[in-house]
Order: sequence, then structure tokens, then C-alpha cells
Amino acid sequence: MSQPFLQIDGLAKRFPSGKDDTLTVFENVDFDIEKGEFVCIIGHSGCGKSTIMNVLAGLDEPTDGVVTMDGREVSGPSLERGVVFQNYSLLPWLTALKNVTFGVKARHPDWSAERIRQHSYKFLEMVGLTNGAEHRKPSQLSGGMRQRVSIARAFATEPKLLLLDEPFGALDALTRGTIQDELLRIWQDSGQTVFMITHDVDEAILLADRILLMSNGPFAQVAESVVIDIPRPRKRTEMVHHPAYYKIRNHLVDFLSSRSAEIAASPREKDGSRRQPPTVRPGAEDDSPAPDAESARPHLVSLAG
Amino acid sequence: MTRSYDFRALLLSIVLLITLLGAWELATNTQAQGGGGELTEYERLMGAGSQRAGVPPPSEVIGKAWEELSDPFHNTGANDKGIGIQIAYSLMRVLSGYFLAALIALPVGFLIGMSPLMYKALDPFIQVLRPISPLAWMPLALFIIQDSEASSIFVIFICSIWPMLINTAFGVAGVRKDWVNVARTHELGPLKTAFQVILPAAAPTIVTGMRISIGIAWLVIVAAEMLVGGTGIGYYVWNEWNNLDLNSVIFSILMIGVVGMALDAVFARLQRFVTYTE
Repeated sequence: MSQPFLQIDGLAKRFPSGKDDTLTVFENVDFDIEKGEFVCIIGHSGCGKSTIMNVLAGLDEPTDGVVTMDGREVSGPSLERGVVFQNYSLLPWLTALKNVTFGVKARHPDWSAERIRQHSYKFLEMVGLTNGAEHRKPSQLSGGMRQRVSIARAFATEPKLLLLDEPFGALDALTRGTIQDELLRIWQDSGQTVFMITHDVDEAILLADRILLMSNGPFAQVAESVVIDIPRPRKRTEMVHHPAYYKIRNHLVDFLSSRSAEIAASPREKDGSRRQPPTVRPGAEDDSPAPDAESARPHLVSLAG
Repeated sequence: MTRSYDFRALLLSIVLLITLLGAWELATNTQAQGGGGELTEYERLMGAGSQRAGVPPPSEVIGKAWEELSDPFHNTGANDKGIGIQIAYSLMRVLSGYFLAALIALPVGFLIGMSPLMYKALDPFIQVLRPISPLAWMPLALFIIQDSEASSIFVIFICSIWPMLINTAFGVAGVRKDWVNVARTHELGPLKTAFQVILPAAAPTIVTGMRISIGIAWLVIVAAEMLVGGTGIGYYVWNEWNNLDLNSVIFSILMIGVVGMALDAVFARLQRFVTYTE
């Protein structure tokens, strides 16, 4: 049998709290990601999304559980897994271009300076940062441009897995929309496997093949894996008219507003076996499309999306 | 706008300078006139007849400065060396002691900054050694090293090491974790992480420490040379005092200020070069 590209088994994170007591942030987290998939994870603050991401990046260690990528256990950070942080994490003393070449040089130490430069330019071009802005320092760039540089750096190292930690969280709605479109385009061209944290339901629907829903912490779990049955390429303006859109959206909002808390409150199963989260396809049942949904709140979508 | 602002500041500086010099000239002139007329034997014996008893006026100091600066490198014996030679001796001592200090303070500071354990272990030593006046080391240095030249370099070394050490450790320890994570996710080795991420990130703090150190070193060299003697600007000041040549004393005080300013300006420039905005 073929192994999934990325396999997360029984991941748990516990912190000591008080005298011989522990605080479990999350436990029994099992899920797979296939090659080329775009997976988003949504959950309330404190459910441990960022910790999961840091574990995948190799920057943090889980208390229990194993992460396997391409048949090999993840231990420590690696260029095979690129990370885009929410706060961009650009080196402020380097220009935008130098920040990208920094990544490329680390990835390909044997390349000539010219080749590194050309490769970096290719990715800066993808995010539209080649008209002089590439020679500016991050402090002279807007938040959106900084995140573009960060995305270009991550894609330029061509990792097997790209990890995005709320990359658009600090951006205004308009900029966010533009960069989401760019990300979608670059992802479709590159066939990257992407794992992304987000707080934004519409963003997740636009980008993801699958959305993992996490219940509230402590003792958070991946409660569901929601498949987004909306054909690609997706455009935010057209996607809203797809019959599945509001079913998925309502399902997600319902989960976040009530069920995530209910699951956290319900008694936990003491079951050590690997258990994939149930797959849900709220958009798949092909009954009549919700007629008034799209006319009711298009403004919300266009702004928040 | 800024040009006229700068111009106004410059104008004010010149006005202040002229006022101060004028006041000084006036004050010393009236003082020199005091005690005129016939002197008794007793007064003459007590030095009241000396023409040089008062502080010299600025005009005389400027004359002296002109004389010295027109031939700064003359060398006509142990007690008659040009101001250029004396400053060169002092600078040589300051720079050798300073670079020796940097050679040790920067790597050790890096180590302390990277390792919380080392930080805690070395902290008591630093805290005790740091407040010791550098001149207090002088007798011990003279006894152990048995060479006045090397001893004054040692005193410079010991006084300039602390700000560099502490600032380097502080700067390195304070490097944002995000940047270290960038290095980690790019699989940079320890050496590359140190030079490509931590050093540039901590550079502004490190250079601030270096700038403080060079200032202190220049302060201390004057005192050290007064003690050790022989050559250098500190010795020059003391020697001219012994000669009761107050023109030269005032002139060399001003030169100490000018050289100190130049040293500071070099590091200010370096600081601008390594500073970044987040």
C-alpha cells in the first residue's frame, strides 16, 4: 500500500502546569496530506494550530506522536519544508531581493551568484515585486509587499511542503484578496503541497482542497476534514454563485460558532488507535441550490474574501 | 527648511563661541592688571611679581596653538616633542588596547549571548570586575608586566572590554527568535547562523558598545599617561603643568577633546552603517 505524502500520527502537546499536573493543548491528532494538496486548518485561538505547524516545520517538538513526510520522520527543521510566518520574518537588514537570494543560496549552495539571482528574480516576478521594489529594505515596503517577499522566498526554495502560518492575518482586506489570488495562481502553477493556518472561513474555502476543523482547546482534536467540492480554478467572484459554496460556508461557520465548543465539552474517548477525522462533504449533496443565499450577503464575501 | 535650521544653529554656535572667548579674554586681562605698582620684598618672594600668575587669555592660547600646530611633529628631546607625536603615542596605545579588548570581548560576548548558562556563570565575574576603576589596575599591571608601555595598554584593554562584552552579549541574546527560526528552517549551520543572521541583527547594539568603549579608552589614556609618563598627550598635559606653561595645558586639553570627537565620529558612522529599521 502506498503511504500518504505527509502523515501525522497521534500528535499531542502537553505542558507541565503546577505540581505533577499537565495541560494538554491537543492530543490524538491524526491526519494525512496528499502530494499537491492544499489543506487549511481552522480553529479557535488556543487550540494549538500554530504548535502543530511548528511541529511540522520541525521548530517545535510534540509530546507524543510522529510526523512522517515522504516516508521519513520529521525531526528538526529542513529546507524540505518552507515556512511563511504571519509576521513575514524577513531579515530587515537585507533588501527584498537579498532576502530571497538568502533562501535560494541556502537551498543551492553550489549555484553561481548569477543563477541564484535569476532564480530569485523569477519568484519575485511571480509576486509582482520587480519594478525597483526588490532593492528596498523590508521597512520601506508595505505589509502586503513584505508578505509577498516572504512568499517568494518560500516558493523560491521549492520545498516539498509549504507551511503558511496565517500569512494574511495582518493585512487589510483588499491586499489580502489580491495576495490570495496570487498565492492561488502560484500554487496552481507549481503543484506545491500547502498546509495553511487561517482564521478566515472565506479564505479557506477559496484556497483549500480540504479544511481541517479543530475543536477548542484544551484537549483539542481535529474534529472533521471538510472537502471543498468547488471546481478549480476558483475565482472569488464566481465561486460565490456555486451551489456548494454556502453549504460549505454554513457548515464551517456552524462548526466554529457552536460545535467546536460542544466537542470540547463532550467526554473524551480513551482510544489510542489511529483515527482519521471523519470526512465531510457539505457541498456534495446535489439538491437544489440555496436560492437566496448569494443575493443575501455578497458584500460580506467580497470584503472578507 | 532644514538648511536654514542648520544655518541658524551654526550661527548660534559661532555667537556663543565669540561670547565665551570674549568673556575669557576680558576676565584674564583685568586679572593680569591686578597687583600693579611697587612690590614689597615679601610680595616678590611670594610670587606676586610673576607675569604668568594668571590664566592666560584666549589670544595667547591661540598663538600657542598656531605655533604648535604649524610644526606638530618636531622632536627635539624627551621633553620637547610636537603635539602630533604625543597624540600619535596616545592613539597607538588606545588602539592597541582597544583592539585587544575587541578581540576578546566580541567572541566571548557572542558566546555569553548565545548560552544562557554561560551568561549566568560569568555574570558575577563581570559585575565585580566592571565597576573597578581602570587606574586601580595600574600598580598590579606595573608589577606583573614590569613595563610601563604595556601596562598603559593593559589599562586601556581592561577599561574598554566591559561595554563591548556586555553590549555584545545583550545584543546577541536579544536577537528576535523569528530570525533565528528563519536560519533554522533554511538549515544554516551554527557558523553561518552566527555571521549571516545573529551578527547583523545584533550589530547595532554591538557597535554601540564599541562606541562607548572607545570613548572610555580615550578618557582613561590621559590619566594613565599622567601616571606612567614618558610620552603621550596625558604626559604632555602634566609636563606642561610642571613647566607652568598654561597656554600649552589649555591647548592640549582642547586637542584631547578634538581627537575624542574624531574617534567618536568614526564609530557614529559605523553605527549608521549597521543600523536597520524593523
